[in-house]
Amino acid sequence: MRWELDPSPSPWKVFLAYSLFVALALLLLGLLFRLYGVSPLKAYGLLLSPLGDSLGLAEVGRRTIPLLLIGAGLALAFRVGFFNIGAEGQLLMGAVGGTYVALFLPPGPWTLPLMFLLGGGLGAVWSGLAAWLRVRFGANEILTTLMQNYLVYYLVVYLVAGPWKGQMVFGFLYTDRFPPEAQLPRLGDTLVHWPTLLLGIAAALGLQLLLFRTPLGFEWRVLGENPEAARYLGLKGGRLILLAALLSGFLAGLAGVGEVAGIHLRLLEPAQISLGYGFTAILVAWLARGRPLWALFTAPLLGLILAGGDALKLALSMPFRVVDVVAGLLLLSLIGAEALSQRRLVWRR
Amino acid sequence: MLKLENITKRFGSVVANRRITLEVARGEVLALLGENGAGKTTLVSILYGLYAPDEGRILLEGQEVRIPSPKAAQRLGIALVPQHPELIEAHTVAENLALGLDLPLAFSRRALVRRLAALLEGHPLGVDLEAPVARLSAGEKQRVELLRALLNRPRVLVLDEPTSVLTPKEAEGLFQEIRRLKALGLAVIFISHKLEEVLAIADRIAVLRAGEKVGEVWRQEADKDLLVRLMVGRSLAPPPKVPPPREEVVLEVEDLLVPRHGFPVQGVSFTLRAGEVLGIAGVAGSGQAELVQALAGLRPHQGRIRFLGKPWPRDPMGLFRQGVAHIPEERSMGVVGGMSVAENLALRTYPRFVRRGLLDYRAMEMEAEGLIQRYGIRTPSPRTPVRFLSGGNVQKVILARELWGGPRLLLAMHPTYGLDVGATEEVHGRILELVQGGAAVLLVSEDLDEILALSHRVAALYHGRFVGPVLREEADRERLGRMMTEGRV
Repeated sequence: MRWELDPSPSPWKVFLAYSLFVALALLLLGLLFRLYGVSPLKAYGLLLSPLGDSLGLAEVGRRTIPLLLIGAGLALAFRVGFFNIGAEGQLLMGAVGGTYVALFLPPGPWTLPLMFLLGGGLGAVWSGLAAWLRVRFGANEILTTLMQNYLVYYLVVYLVAGPWKGQMVFGFLYTDRFPPEAQLPRLGDTLVHWPTLLLGIAAALGLQLLLFRTPLGFEWRVLGENPEAARYLGLKGGRLILLAALLSGFLAGLAGVGEVAGIHLRLLEPAQISLGYGFTAILVAWLARGRPLWALFTAPLLGLILAGGDALKLALSMPFRVVDVVAGLLLLSLIGAEALSQRRLVWRR
Repeated sequence: MLKLENITKRFGSVVANRRITLEVARGEVLALLGENGAGKTTLVSILYGLYAPDEGRILLEGQEVRIPSPKAAQRLGIALVPQHPELIEAHTVAENLALGLDLPLAFSRRALVRRLAALLEGHPLGVDLEAPVARLSAGEKQRVELLRALLNRPRVLVLDEPTSVLTPKEAEGLFQEIRRLKALGLAVIFISHKLEEVLAIADRIAVLRAGEKVGEVWRQEADKDLLVRLMVGRSLAPPPKVPPPREEVVLEVEDLLVPRHGFPVQGVSFTLRAGEVLGIAGVAGSGQAELVQALAGLRPHQGRIRFLGKPWPRDPMGLFRQGVAHIPEERSMGVVGGMSVAENLALRTYPRFVRRGLLDYRAMEMEAEGLIQRYGIRTPSPRTPVRFLSGGNVQKVILARELWGGPRLLLAMHPTYGLDVGATEEVHGRILELVQGGAAVLLVSEDLDEILALSHRVAALYHGRFVGPVLREEADRERLGRMMTEGRV
């Protein structure tokens, strides 16, 4: 009996491998709930409970928005070979940019577009810096983008505690409330700021088209899969990477504007702005397998896990970070399924 | 000594070996001849315990044996020298050899060398046991593999395409060593797809084709024609005559210098006329790759290059636009595995398919269909990812793409490396077509026969120094061999 590589697994086998590993993950998770003293069935029920009513769906929706924007961009960046781990920081940059326009420029009908533009721009500058460092000096973008996260984190802390601290907030660390012109419309009573959702859907569709139907996307795919071939053909690798990085940073910046203008209506402490969307979106992009369009499905999936985690926290007073455990187990099981579906067991005498 | 009886091995619906029966005696060299994909490697893998046969049995000195693993093969006295040396580069020769021994947890270097010397007594070493493997030549690395195989005092020695990494001189040394081992009573199985060496070393020759043994002849009864007929299933057409070059000068290279790690490539001066092939030989790593990369715009260089009387465009895109095609050294550099055959055929020309900012995939696939037909690329469809194609078909994809639009100059590096006789013939045919049409070709190859068959003039690289060129008529294998190993014309 031995393992061999299976170069072209049948779809049936792939499906089976994934089912097996997802089941395994659920089992492990159930065990964890058990150990915590919670009935696994009840916990699963809570995890999926947001699907049951419109309020829950809205909760999923509002978490889907930043995940979709960032995930679509990251799917592109990863495909091109730019491993942007700094979407969290780029999101915060976007929030800073949006807040500046909202609080310090005269309000008017131009306020919201300008917020998105400046927020996205700052996000793009932030990721573009890492891309430039890589292209120019060969600096590893995984490290630079990761470190940049901390820089913005403390920039935001400084802003809300210092120069941008609100006039009437007393001891709290946040800015004044945005004027009405800087607030995004929402769906009914929910927190779903639909203009940003539309932007996310447009981003997923647009990037998919860009990647698979345009000459630029053609070059991106060549570079991402085979940098040697790109060199052989004489493609301008540096420019291509920079462009992909700018786009993914821009989208993360838009997500940041959406969070402050659609939900919080002010800039506040970084941990409250984002809930780690920039990191969760890495999962969204990974599950989308380099296809921005697929983020339309994977972002709501992770959005559900985040919302379900909230429900778990509230109902069972489990720590909120339980969602990380769920997401992590899911990721592990998917990686395992991937490996399994590409191997086969050979029985021999 | 060793006998295989009716060995059959299937992979899914593909039969890799069908009812193969072979026998090799003590003190005999049996050559296993066949094209790529004929089933040689599968047979070796069965013999070395990597695969189990589906049917048939293996007899060693009359006893039926089972070989479930390479360890078992070694215990039975079957040793393998792999095609590409599998050594740990950072370690010394002695340390690499030690991997084949059962050693105590801790041991001194001195004791190890002493023990190795004792085990290998009677065999000439040919390499310094204390030298790090990274510093050895390809031939020396193979020598280490051979010594490692001999450590276990084998009865049967299997050599898998052992000359593919060697210079002619090194190959001759290997043959002498094989004759010596034969005289010591070893049974040797020598796997190759090169006719000359099989005729030079074998006592008996078994020919495989498409997984079956199609013939077995004694050396005395064999000649090239017979072997080719057995191997390919038909006679090869005589190579088409290369017409003499024209007057027009396509490429002038004057005093080219390519800096690189180690020694630079230098003193490269030649002119190439329309319809001319210049062959460049050299031991692997003598600077051929760097020379071609420099010409292809992938590596900085100094010196003067003029193409059709104009200065040389230095970037790959500009080069292709002006009519310079490039078959890269590594096939993997020339294609993107996950992209479709159609997309790979358009890697150079995709801007032509842009309609209103978008790529017109219909047009791209239509054109691909035409190229697939014309070049006989075997693929289920133009949308199939290239990584599902065989090496020969991948090379045809590269060739079809590069020759599109009638280039004036072709830089071809190892264009037939790893291809079987049939595919090699096709690639050569395409190159000659191009030459007849008036293009110039710079052909870099490690296959001297290929260079001698196609070139008008030949040159060599020796430690980065350009030697020659000389006229083809004035060069033969020996002279070319001297040019590449001694650096003299």
